Parts: sequence; C-alpha cells; structure tokens
Amino acid sequence: MSVVATNPTHLKPRTLIIQDNLKNLSFIMPAVILFSIFYIYPFFEIFRLSLQDWNGISPDRSWVGLANFAELMKDKVWWTSVWHASYITLIALTFQNALAFALALACDRQIRMKKFYQVIFFLPPVLSEVVVGLIWQWILNAGVQGGQQIGILNYWLVQSGLPGLVNNWLSNPETALTCIAVVHCWKGFGWGFIMLLAGLQTIDHQLYEAAKVDGAGAWSTFRHVTLPMMLPVISVVVILTILGSMQVFVLIKAMVSQGLGYHTEVPVTRILLAMQGTNRFGYACSMGVTFGIILVCLSLLSKTFGSKTKQ
Amino acid sequence: MDRKLGIMLFAAVMVFSLSCSGCGKKQEDLNTISVWHWMIDRNKALEELAAKYEQQTGIKVKIDLFAPSEAYTQKVVASAQAKVLPDIYGILDKKEIFSAFIKGGFIADLTPDFKANNSEWENWFFPKALDVNRFVEGNVYGVKPGIYGVPLDVTNIQMLYNVKLLKKAGVKAPPQTFSEFLEAIQALKRVGVSGLVSGWGELWMLDCFSSNYAFNIMGEEKIMATYRGEVPYTDPDWIKVLDVFKQLVDKGALLEGVVTKANKYAEQDFALERAAFAFNGSWCVNVYNGMNPSLEYGVMLPPAINSNLPMKIWGGAGSSLVVNNMSPRKDKAIAFLKWLSEKDQQTYLAKETKNLPSNREALAEIPEVLSSFASVMDQATHPTFWALNEDPIVSEVFLKGIQSILIGEKTPEQIAQEVQKVKQEQLSKKKK
Amino acid sequence: MEGSRYKAIGVVKSVIIHSFLMSVALTCLFPLFWMIRCSLMTNQTVFTDKTLIPRDLHFSNYIQAWVDGGFGIYFLNSMVYTVSVVVGIVLVSSLAAYAFSRLKFPGKNFFFGMFLAAMMIPLPGSFVPMYVLMTKLGLANTRIGYILCMISVGLSVSILLLKTFFDKLPHDMEDAARIDGCGRLGIWWHVALPLARPALAVIVIFNSLNVWNEYILAYLLLNDTSLMPLQRGLMVFQGTYSVDYPILMSGLTIAALPIILIYLFMQQHIIKGLTEGATVQ
Repeated sequence: MSVVATNPTHLKPRTLIIQDNLKNLSFIMPAVILFSIFYIYPFFEIFRLSLQDWNGISPDRSWVGLANFAELMKDKVWWTSVWHASYITLIALTFQNALAFALALACDRQIRMKKFYQVIFFLPPVLSEVVVGLIWQWILNAGVQGGQQIGILNYWLVQSGLPGLVNNWLSNPETALTCIAVVHCWKGFGWGFIMLLAGLQTIDHQLYEAAKVDGAGAWSTFRHVTLPMMLPVISVVVILTILGSMQVFVLIKAMVSQGLGYHTEVPVTRILLAMQGTNRFGYACSMGVTFGIILVCLSLLSKTFGSKTKQ
Repeated sequence: MDRKLGIMLFAAVMVFSLSCSGCGKKQEDLNTISVWHWMIDRNKALEELAAKYEQQTGIKVKIDLFAPSEAYTQKVVASAQAKVLPDIYGILDKKEIFSAFIKGGFIADLTPDFKANNSEWENWFFPKALDVNRFVEGNVYGVKPGIYGVPLDVTNIQMLYNVKLLKKAGVKAPPQTFSEFLEAIQALKRVGVSGLVSGWGELWMLDCFSSNYAFNIMGEEKIMATYRGEVPYTDPDWIKVLDVFKQLVDKGALLEGVVTKANKYAEQDFALERAAFAFNGSWCVNVYNGMNPSLEYGVMLPPAINSNLPMKIWGGAGSSLVVNNMSPRKDKAIAFLKWLSEKDQQTYLAKETKNLPSNREALAEIPEVLSSFASVMDQATHPTFWALNEDPIVSEVFLKGIQSILIGEKTPEQIAQEVQKVKQEQLSKKKK
Repeated sequence: MEGSRYKAIGVVKSVIIHSFLMSVALTCLFPLFWMIRCSLMTNQTVFTDKTLIPRDLHFSNYIQAWVDGGFGIYFLNSMVYTVSVVVGIVLVSSLAAYAFSRLKFPGKNFFFGMFLAAMMIPLPGSFVPMYVLMTKLGLANTRIGYILCMISVGLSVSILLLKTFFDKLPHDMEDAARIDGCGRLGIWWHVALPLARPALAVIVIFNSLNVWNEYILAYLLLNDTSLMPLQRGLMVFQGTYSVDYPILMSGLTIAALPIILIYLFMQQHIIKGLTEGATVQ
C-alpha cells in the first residue's frame, strides 16, 4: 500500500507525479479489488451466458449469439413489464420524493418533537416485508364476511357513506399497480428523508442568515439558497429512487403473488420467471443485461437533466 | 501520521487474507452424511431421526435446512455447477430439470437397491409415490429407465368444504357435480357466504385446478396429443376447460380477490370461515388446525363436469430425496434413506408433521381428515407421471390467460387463440 | 397588536405543519403498533379481539419466540456480520470516495463510472459464477467469504453517496491540515471523515439494514446452520409459525429491534454533524 512512500528524495518531477498518482490510486484499490472479484467476473460470465441457450443445469450449453436479445426486443410482455416499473418509478420520483423533501425541510426547522418525527419516519423501511405485506393485504382486502367488508379501506368507505367507491383494490387491473406504487412510496420515503435531512444539515447556516439580511423571503431563500445547495444530494436521491423503484419486486410478490395476468409484471419478476419458471437461464441473463443498460441510460438522463437545471 | 495509518491498513488487509487462506478444505469425513433440504415443518423431526440413526449405527447425519424453497433451488443449482452437492438432497423442479441433473451425473440410480430381494424396498411404498422419481422405458428425456429418488411422504390436492357454512345455507351434502356446485353457491349467496377460495395468485395452483378439469373433460390421451401439437388449444374441449373459470366468475362463486392471493392468505380465509369451499392440498390439515382448531370441514373431489370420465387430482410424492452420485459416501447415504422409509420412522414423521406417509404400512395412525385425503390416492396424477409435459412457455401463457379470464378481461375463446399462437411458435422453433 | 398578529400566524403555521407531520407519522406508526399488539395476544384472540389495546398481554410470547426460534446463535452471527461489513464498507468506500472527490489519478472517471454502472446493472443468475468462484477460492461456507461478498454489495451506493458529500465539503480545513504536515491518509482520517459524519451515519444505517435483512447470499455461501444469520432463523420461523400470528409477530419484533436501535443511535449523528462542524468553524 505505502510501498512507494519510502522513497529516496533525488527523484525527478516526472517520477514524482507517477508516484503521486500511484499513491492516490491506492485509495481506491481495496474497492477495485473487491469489485473485480465479486462483480466484474460474474458480470462477464453473465454476459457470456446471455449469448447461450442453457437451462441452468445441463452440461450442454449451445451458443446462440444475439438470438436471446433479438427475441427480447420482440417480447411484448417484457416491454410492458418495463413500462410498469417506469410507472411505479414516476410516482415514486414525484410523490415519494416530494413527500420526503417536505418532511426533511420541516424537520430541519426548529420545531417541537423534531426528534420524535425523525425516528418515526424511518420506521417503514425498517419493517419486515412480511409485516408490510400482511398489513396491506388486510387494509386492501376486498372480501366480504357476513355482509361486512373485511378490508379496512372498503369498510371505512362504506362507513363514511361512499359504498360506490368500494373496490377490489389489488385484483382490479386499473388500481392494482397504483396501490403497489403507493405502498412502495410509503415504504421507501424514509430513505429519501434521511438522506435529504443529512444534506440539509451540511448547508452552512450563515447562508440563511445572509439571505435574511438581504431581505429574502422564505420562498426565495428556498429557491436561491436551499435548492442549489441541495442539488447534488437530490440527484443522488433521484438516482437511488430510480434504481430502487425500477427493481421493485419483493413488495409485488407480497401483495399480489404472481397474479393478475400480466398487469403487475415488472422486469425482475420476468427475469425470475425465466430463470426458475421456464428454466431459460440464457434468456434471463439477456434480460438482466438489457435491463442494466436501460437503468444506466435512465440514470445518465436524470444526471444530465440535473446538471441542466443547475445552470 | 500518513505512514502509520498506511501500515495499519496494510496490516488489516494481511490479517484478512491470512484468515481467508486459513479456512481451507476440511478433511473428508467418511462417516458423516450431509443432507440438504427445504422442509421447514419436517426439520425438527428429521433432526431427531438423525440423532436416533447415529445412536443405532454410529454414522452421523448432518441435516441442513434452506428455506424458502426458491433460495434452496438456487443453492442446489449453484452447488451442482461448483460440484459441491451434499450426499443427500432434493430436486424441486420439473421432470425436465430432474433429468438434466441425472444426465449431468449428479444423481445416483437407485434401481438396483429398490429391486434387490424381489423388489423388497420398492414394495414398501405407494406406487404413486415412486412414480414421481421413476423414468419409464423410452421416456422423452432420454434418461436410463429406473428409479432415482426416495419419497418421504405423499400428498394430494382436493376441495374442502366448511360443514357449518353449508348447513347454514341448507346444502345437505357436498356437491358431486359442477352444476350441483353452482347451485350450492347460489344457496350460499342467499345467506351472504362467499363460495370458493384458493391461492390462485400462484400459477401452479391454477395449473393444478385447470389440469383436473382437463382430465375430467377430455382425458389424458387428448391432453398428451395437445402437448404433442396434434390437437389445438382452440379445440372445444379446451375452451370448456377455460370456461370453467368463466362460469365461476359469472356465477360469483369466488371470494373477491382470489386472483392475487398467495395460498397462505387463501388458507387464512378458509380457516376464518370467510368462504365455504377451498381448493388446497393435504398439508392444510396442519395449517387449519393451527389457525382455527374448531373448524369443521370435510374433503371432496372437485365437482365433475363430465360424468363419462373420472375426475383426476394432483398427487404423489410430496417430497423426495436423491443421492449424490459423486459422493464417496453413496452407499451410506442410500442406507440412511432406506432406514428413513422404514415403517417406524415413517409413522414417526407422519405423526409429528401431519403428512401422509409414503410407506403404506405407516398409514394406520393418522387423523380422520387425512385418511379421507388418502382414500382417493388412486385418482391422483401429476405432471411428473406423464409421458411428456407442456412447454413451460406455453403453460405460462395459458395460466396467465386464466388469470385474465378471472378478472373478466378476456373470454375463453380469446385465450385459447392466444395460447395456440404461442404453441405454434414453439413447435416451429423445435422443428428448426 | 402587531406582535400578537405575528404570533397568531405562527401558531396557525405550526398547527398546519404539525398536523401534516402527525398524519404521516401515524401511518408509519400504525404497522409497528399493530405488530406489537398482535405479538402480545393469543392466537385465539388475535383474529377476534377488536379492542385497540387487548386486556391480557402475553409477554411470554417473546420468550417462546426467542427460545423456539433458536435466535441466540443467529443473533450473534448477524451482529458479527453487520459490524464487520459496516466497518469494512465505511473504510473501503470512504477511502475510494475521498479519492474520487479530492485526488487526481489516471482513469478516475473510468473507475467511478464502473462503480456507478455496477450499482445499476442487476445480475440475475450471477449466483452461479459467484459460487463457483468462491468454492475455488476456498471461501464458500466461511464467515470471511460472506463478509467480503456483502462488503462488495454495499460498496457502490456508499461510494456515490459519500462522494456527493465530500464534494460539498469546504476545502479550507483540509488545506489547513496539509500545511500542518498531514498526509493524504491523515487528512482523510482526521478531517474528511469527521466532517462527513451525517453521510457516514446514513451509510451505516443503510448498510446495517441491508446486512441485517440479507439471507439469499447467506444461503448460497454458507452451509452450516451455525454460521447462518438471523434472517435464516426468521425464514424458518415464518414457515413454522405461519399460522401462529402472535409468536410470529414476537419474532419479527425481536428481529426489527436492533435495527431500530442502530437507527436511533445513528440519527443523532445526522444532526450532530451540523453542530460540531459549526463549532470547529
């Protein structure tokens, strides 16, 4: 690691630069080494598999070139599943992040019970998926027993005189995906909240004081001080939201199992089905690679968008 | 300062890599058999049996449980590639994958052991229990005929009815035919009780139910002909099968939301008397007993539509274990499995876990509901018994199509056409 | 007159803010409350008793859950894994993030891009090549193998997050330290890390939760039950007690508790970062 540190002093500037670079490079070496073992190698293997036809177990794997990708391009169900994930992501980007930012701003102020809120808002991410699945199943249950609604939401709608709105929330293709998106936002906003809160903490309060002295109102302080200072953190939150929401899967399984025709399919459920349901390992790998490319593009898009708004 | 920290980090890396190299290969122990399984409910009983086995023979059996089953399957697949499978494990997949394991040399052929002494070991079992692990002469998978696994228990999937709710609706006997069933549903509706619940959010439960009716409506021959591509899915009989689901929806026979229910939630609904009928497997006895011990229910076959052909249900070995062909402890592993399928051990397993034993002689001491499950074992069938199975891509479209019918989005005719289209694509792909 | 008007506006404002915060807080609190409520009931009353707080509280459920689930050993394992992985990630990722933010070296953008891409490309089926490799390295079925694997899982997100925060930090303190003769490593340790405390707290929380809830990789890499983490116990527990809600909920509550504690402890640092940073300046 610091082998180059024990150096004679008569070296030329050029060697010094190389030495400097090496020293700097050594900072990222632990990360790079871990990565090459646990990530780069499997990545190339997966890429190789995506060009093959293999059931996951048999010794014979046949080379099919880009056939898997060609099939995937025409796979309507796959692209629908990508759209579903994008829909959930859009809701998460707007609704979830707006909520998280509003809550973080509120908790950044000098208000009472700040600590209490801060703890409470992080409860949903901590809760086990089992509990989340159970509770929302119960809330959104559409069954009727002895003339009474079992689900809390429907029960409450009947009680408040709105029986017309009673719905089979999870088994109706029109509402299922939105319900899933809402629960996903509820489960995930805690992450955005603490990251944004941490970001707000690093803003120098002298900047706020200065704005006040200049006679700036609350809105213009927010617009000209808080927002520009927060942009880098916001862009990280946006990227993580995209990644988290596009790859949503456990929640879907907990809420609708494999159900509802193709209305609740997302890329990860398709990949898992190809791998374990229809035993097409190569095809699953080509889905993974394609999905990765889509995600990289989306993140780049949000990044350029972020830097544009900055200007 | 800089250097000091650098040295510290360097030392940390060294310690790390040293401890890595420290945990090298352990010595192969020829007297310890390792077993990997996924059966949470049987883990305790298996561990106790293993301890007993060690006392009797001095051979240690290490039982390792990996659950849920998806994670278990991943582990087995990865271990096969790394060639580090344990001595005894189980395959939780289609017969095609089972055959791939055999062809890869990962599973030992147990036929000589089963056939020894006039098939002594083979005769202990229900024939159906062994069928799951049997490859017959001339099978489509190209596997040498024989028996490749040992069944631990048997199971089958049927309909259950709630005695109290049927009485409340004035239905005297559990319905035998589909039209009687629909009448019972109307009677139940009048007293505000929902009809049928099942975990149809899980595709395999739909597969099972539709397969039952396909057998009843057209019989095994025609189903196999369809799989071979000789009969189209647009055949009236297949539309009739899909129409079963449409009728269930039209007559309001289903509890709201079955299409997205995982079976565990469906089990909860039936146990809490939210529906009068359930479609579930024999493992439910244990489940219902835990949720609602006072639940009064009976077992019945799914009500038949066609009186000319028998109703078939899915059943067979609930879980089977295989022996690793590459293991140096192969004979010891086989001996342990044989011991495990003896009457005493089977009786113990059945009693502890409320499952049907695979050993016929162990059937004596089981609860009444379970024995009524067992009584129709002759009518059981399973995809693993059939000469060939449908292409999984086609079945996926078929089952997802049923879900579309259940949410009233498509008609049976539309689905039949869609499935047939995919079927033809797959057939032409195979010809190439 | 004026003052009281301002006061009235202030009160209205805080009522609005608090009712907004309260309503969100209630939706977050409800599942926890429900979980704990269920965990204190019996299986007979859990479906029938509709009162908010049941009359008889069965705390013995927790003891039964702990003993039957055999949580003792799993708990210990999970603590070992969580602590070592989190420490590993904090060290490795903060070194890398600091270099990406402050230092110059060739291929900087390439390496950073690599980490970013890694975060985004999911690798289905990577468990097969990964396991084959781990077996060859002799790391399968060892604690260290699992720890290294988990470190690499959390690495890229942590690097991205930390780099963002390092970028925001003012340079003047580092310059001062450099003049005092502090080397790169010294600055990283003595200046950059303490300043990035809020971000480090987020990373610790994020990765602890990740490791604590992980079981897929653990199943893949570990064979011996004695090496398994808590989630393995919990999975088995869910299978065994899928029908016994109170016991199941007790088990889930026990499992969630350490993470809530870690969060309680770390969230103070999210705030503390501000006050300490301010006093230094």
